[in-house]
This record gives sequence, structure tokens and C-alpha cells, in this order.
Amino acid sequence: MASLIGFYSLVFGAITSLIIIFFSVKNFKSAEKLNVKIVPLTFLQFIFVLISFLGLIVSFINSDFSNETVFNHSHSTKPLFYKISGTWGNHEGSLLLWLLVLTSFIFIFILKSIRQPVQYRILTLLFQQIIIIGFFIFSLKTSSPFNYIYPIPDEGLGLNPILQDPALAIHPPILYLGYVGTSIIFSSSLSALTVNYISKEWAKHIKEWVLTSWVFLTLGILLGSIWAYYELGWGGFWFWDPVENVSLMPWFALTTLIHCILVLEKRSQLTSWVVILSIATFTLSMSGTFLVRSGVLNSVHTFANDPERGLFILVFLFSLIFLSLFIFIFFHKKEMDFNNSFSLISKETSILINNWFMMYFLSVVLIGTVYPIFLDVISSEKISIGPPFYHKLIIPFLIPFLLAMAIGPKLKWIKSGLPDKLYLIVFFILSVLLSIFIVKKLEIEFLINSVLISVVFYLFFITLRDFFIKKSSSFSQNITHFGFSLFLLSIIFNNLFTSEIITNLKVGDTFKSEKFKIYFENLDQKKEKNFQSIVGKFVVENLNGEKEVMMPELRIYNQPNMVTSEAFIKTNFFSDKFMTMNLVQNQEYLNIRYQIKPLMIWIWISILMITTGGLISLLRKNEN
Amino acid sequence: MYGKKVKLRFLFVSLILITLILSIFLILKSLEENVVYFQSPTKIKETSEIQRKKMRIGGMVKENSISINSNEIVFVITDFKNEINVTYSGIVPNLFEEGKGVVAEGYLKDRNFFIASKILAKHDENYMPPEVKAALGKE
Repeated sequence: MASLIGFYSLVFGAITSLIIIFFSVKNFKSAEKLNVKIVPLTFLQFIFVLISFLGLIVSFINSDFSNETVFNHSHSTKPLFYKISGTWGNHEGSLLLWLLVLTSFIFIFILKSIRQPVQYRILTLLFQQIIIIGFFIFSLKTSSPFNYIYPIPDEGLGLNPILQDPALAIHPPILYLGYVGTSIIFSSSLSALTVNYISKEWAKHIKEWVLTSWVFLTLGILLGSIWAYYELGWGGFWFWDPVENVSLMPWFALTTLIHCILVLEKRSQLTSWVVILSIATFTLSMSGTFLVRSGVLNSVHTFANDPERGLFILVFLFSLIFLSLFIFIFFHKKEMDFNNSFSLISKETSILINNWFMMYFLSVVLIGTVYPIFLDVISSEKISIGPPFYHKLIIPFLIPFLLAMAIGPKLKWIKSGLPDKLYLIVFFILSVLLSIFIVKKLEIEFLINSVLISVVFYLFFITLRDFFIKKSSSFSQNITHFGFSLFLLSIIFNNLFTSEIITNLKVGDTFKSEKFKIYFENLDQKKEKNFQSIVGKFVVENLNGEKEVMMPELRIYNQPNMVTSEAFIKTNFFSDKFMTMNLVQNQEYLNIRYQIKPLMIWIWISILMITTGGLISLLRKNEN
Repeated sequence: MYGKKVKLRFLFVSLILITLILSIFLILKSLEENVVYFQSPTKIKETSEIQRKKMRIGGMVKENSISINSNEIVFVITDFKNEINVTYSGIVPNLFEEGKGVVAEGYLKDRNFFIASKILAKHDENYMPPEVKAALGKE
């Protein structure tokens, strides 16, 4: 029943889209006021999709296995929370979630853009509806979440156990809010371009959407990476896996866009660049969905998927790109650019430097992600590209990037001297000395480490000082840049000081190394509703004789029959102690990994700080 | 003579071009160095020279081939034509099982022995890495 309502509601939503397009085209021709029907219609469309989405959730809660999606991804013994989160833990449901966010965002946009020119609003709505229709067709045609199966199965196939996790339950919605937010930026910039409204006012207005998407995207990536850290049990938080990379690429584009929008807002420059970035951001978000869902990517995270769907998204994606390029070429007015020049030392220059490096990082990630697919197609040679590629290409370029990040915000628009030279130099010398001291002490490779650590410290100290200098207008920028320096510092020291032990142990065995003794005391069993849990008890003793009990867990799920490892993590402000235990088939030995990872929590905290900066800037803007 | 502005813009554009070319060159070069090729046991048997580069080998874990002691896990990867012995000390994913697909990353010792530094995890019991599928031939 719920599925039926859901399905028809979805169809009605699609029909509403056509009606909205009809009215807005009519309205656009005689645009003086927004047609009164448009706001209720967009609201109606949102409600239809919402009902459809709720219908799917209800089917999941009731374990209605006559629904194919529910049958494939749920099980009656699953806890309620994961029944609900299972709704978007699969392709069909996550697409419906995309639609839900798409329709709600355009409704909010129409409400919030009341002071903007009518033509611009209508056109944005039109572009957005094109995207929405594409997703409606995609959902209804290739991946309807409401397919009926008969005879009705007694039991579902269950949700992949590694997805049964709180962080991963909210990761997709948050990430999608970020992804879909970029669709508004895309529609809005195309529309502003068409009606010649790319201006300071537009920048001010669209900045809110840019910041909102950016905040959600950052949070979404953070959640995904926290999940990978404790659930995959590899002891890292970023693996440069294609599926991770596709979420990072729109993030780079969006971060660049935030900086550019500032220039546009204050100085009416970089107009075409802003439009290109807006298009790129959304295109990258869409390709992200395409690459993850199509099965083209050869990723360790790969879930089952269907190439036909990929083809649809690909065609849709290319039509959108062509449409936007067409609009860009035909409506872009050359004279908008270069109306003002600026000096070599100025805020504009430093933002341009930021842009260039961001674009470079973006292309590195793009090439690393796409090249294996490309090579497979042309030569059927199968390859993979590992972390060294990214590290080698990104780390050295962080150095000038960070310098610009530290000094840039101090510069003035148009033309600027270097302000307060003295303390900039003093701080620089201080950072270099400190870094050389640390590097010498640690006896690690000298050149790259000391230079890198110097510049990170430099950014760290300068942004730290700025907190105490009263200049509240840039507080949001300051906290973000400070967060970024803290983020890099944590990663660097985390990498340098991580120690790891990998061994195979039986119950009663003791592992001895120079630094630790690990004693495998016992195994304990527990029965839960939809899995059986095996908990190991390990006593880790360090050189000082301090003992610590670690209790990693194995879960054997009933449906699907699958084993997952739950890492045991002890967190404090200095370091994480991390242990996982893995089963090896038919063997008495268990596969043990024990790690001490310094400053792990600061990686998460610093990303939260970075996000907070965006949030503050968003809230402050609303006050004005 | 050209004006100062034109000169400056020319300088700017050429600077951009140079950095663009440089960065593309850099990316391609390190791409070449860091690519990990995927091989099947048969392919390794057939090639005349043993590659010293890091590579991935994929196939099935042979039945009854897993053995383990406190330091390492030893098993055999097969593509049903040829086999290769793998020695590994590290964490195996939970879906690592006899008769299931596996991808090992590491270095060749000789034509029959492979030292793995990573065994790749998969998240789905029914999932098989595309490379393994290709190596086993299409069913």
C-alpha cells in the first residue's frame, strides 16, 4: 500500500514538473511579477516527492517484501534504525533522496530569492526543473524504488552489514545536501548569465547557497572518512580510493568558488571564472554519482551496481554540460571581464593563487581517478593508482599554497603593501626554527619535512595570532584557515608517529615486540538480534608496564551471511589506540592489528573547525 | 611598441601556459611511476621477464590452500590454469575465503612466489573485482 502511494506520488511529482515548466515559460515571456501559481506548485512537487519518500520509508519499516527494493536491502530482524537508514543505503532509495533534496532546495530558493529579479528567478526554476525531470525519468525508468514482486518473499536479503552503522546512516543524506546544493548554484549561474545578472548583488545572494553546499559537503566527507576509519579497520581515514576522490573533486571546485565569489562580490571581477566554476561544481557532483553508481570505477568500496543506469546518467550529464557550454558561449559578455585591473601584491592575486593551486589539486585527483578507466577502455590494461601518486604530486605544492593562505588574507584589495612586515618575518623565522628542531630530533628526511612543517607552522601561528587581534569581520575565514593548518599538522604528526603491529594470534598466545606485549586472553560470544558477536579480550602492556584492555569485535550477520570487524578504539586528546581482529577461514589463528595513532581526534576536530568557519560566515550573512 | 598593460598580460598568459605544461608533464611522469598493473597468474607465467615493480595479482583463493602461523598467512591464487603462491603478513579482509575472488598487491619474488603487502577488501559477498572477473574469463 505504502509502495503504491509512493509510486503514484512520484509520478504526480514528475507531472507537476511539466506543469511548472509550462507556467514558468509562459511567465518568463511576460515577466513582471512571478506567477502566483509557481510557489504553490513547487511546494506541491516537494510534497509529492516527500510522500513518495515517506512511502518508501514506511515500506522499509513494515518490511514489505513485495517491494523489490525492500526485499533486496532489508530484513525483518534488522533494528528499526537501520531499516530506516536502509531506505537510502541503496541505489533506488538514494536517487529518491536526491530528488527529495532537489525539489526542497528549489522550493527554498524560490522563497528566499524574493528580492531578486523575476526573470532570473523563473529561469533558475526552469533550469532546476530540467535537472529534476532528468532525475524523475531516471528514477521511474531505470531504477524505480517501487517495483512489485510476486510471489511475495517471506524474508528480505538484508542490508550489507558494513552499512549498518550510525555514521554511514547519516552520511549519504548530508553528502547529498552538499551535492544537490551545487545544482542550485549551477541553475542560478546559468540563469544569471542568460539574463545578464552576474553582478555584486548576485554574488551576495548566491554565496549563501555556495556556503551551505560547502558546509554539507565537508561534513559529508568527514562522516564518510570517520566511518572508513573505524569500520574498515585499515587504520586510516583516507585511501585515495576513487569513490572517495569523487567527493573530493566537487569540494575543491566549491572551495575555489567560495574564494572567487568574494572577488565578484567586492570587486565585480572574475565573472566568467565564477560561472565556469559553478558549472564545474555541479558537473563534478553529478559525475560523482555516475561514477559510484555505474560500476565504472574500480574501487575497494564498490557495491553491486548496474552499467545501464550509468549510461543514463552519462547521457544526462553530457546534455547538461552541452547545454551549459552553449549558454556560456552565447550569453557570456566579454566586456564584463577585465574592467578593473589589480596590482601584483593584492588580495585578488592571492585568491588567484588559491584558485590555481586548487585547480591543480583538482586535476591531479581527476587524472588519478579517471586515468585507470581511460586506460582500461583503450587498451584493456587494468591498473590502479595508489596513494604515492597523490602524495608526490600534492604535498610539494602545498608549500606555496600555504604561504599564500597565511599572507593572502592580510592583503588589501586592488593594491597593497605588505602590512606589518616585522611580525610576518619574525613568525616565519620562528616556524622555520621550530620545524628544523623537530625534524632534527626525529631524524626524518630533512628537506621536504622541514620545509613542509615550517609553512604549516607559519600558517598555524599567523592564524592563531589573528584570533587575538580584533578584526571580527574575518573571523570565519580565520577559523577555517586555522582549522586547515591544524588539520595538516595533525596529519603530518599522525603519519610520522603512527606505530603498528600486525600479527596472528591464538587464544592464550602472547606477542612480544620491543615496545609492546600483547596477550590474547579469551574470546567471548554474544547473541544479538541480527548478528552474533565474538569479542576478543587482549591485554596490551607497554614498556612502562602499563596495561590496557582492548576488546575488538567480530560480527557474524545472519542476512546477508557476512563477517565484519568492529575496531576497538580508545581515544584521548593525544592519541588513538586502535585494534581490529579478523577471522581467517578455518583457522585457529586470528589476524590482529594494533595501532597507536597520535592526534587522530584533532583531524576530526580541525575539519569541524573548518566547517564552523563556513557556518559562521553563513549565519553572519543572514544577520545583515 | 606595446603598452605596459599588453606586455603584462602577455607575461601573465605565458606564465600560465608554462605552469600548465609543467604540471601536466609532472602529473604524467609520476603517473607512469606509480601505476600498479594488474596481472593474472597465467600472465605472470607467460611473461619472460620478472617485473620488479609493484603489482596486483587477482584470481581465486585455491581450496584448502590457506595456512597461517603467527607471522604470516600463506595461500595460493589460481585462475584455474596457473597458480601462484602468496606470502602475506598483514590484515586480511573478512571476506577473504577459499574459493572466493581475491586481489593481492605486492612484489614478485620469482615466477611462483609473490610477497603481498596488501590484500584488498571487498564490501559485498557477491561482488567480484572486475579484474578478477576478467582474469577468470567471462562466465
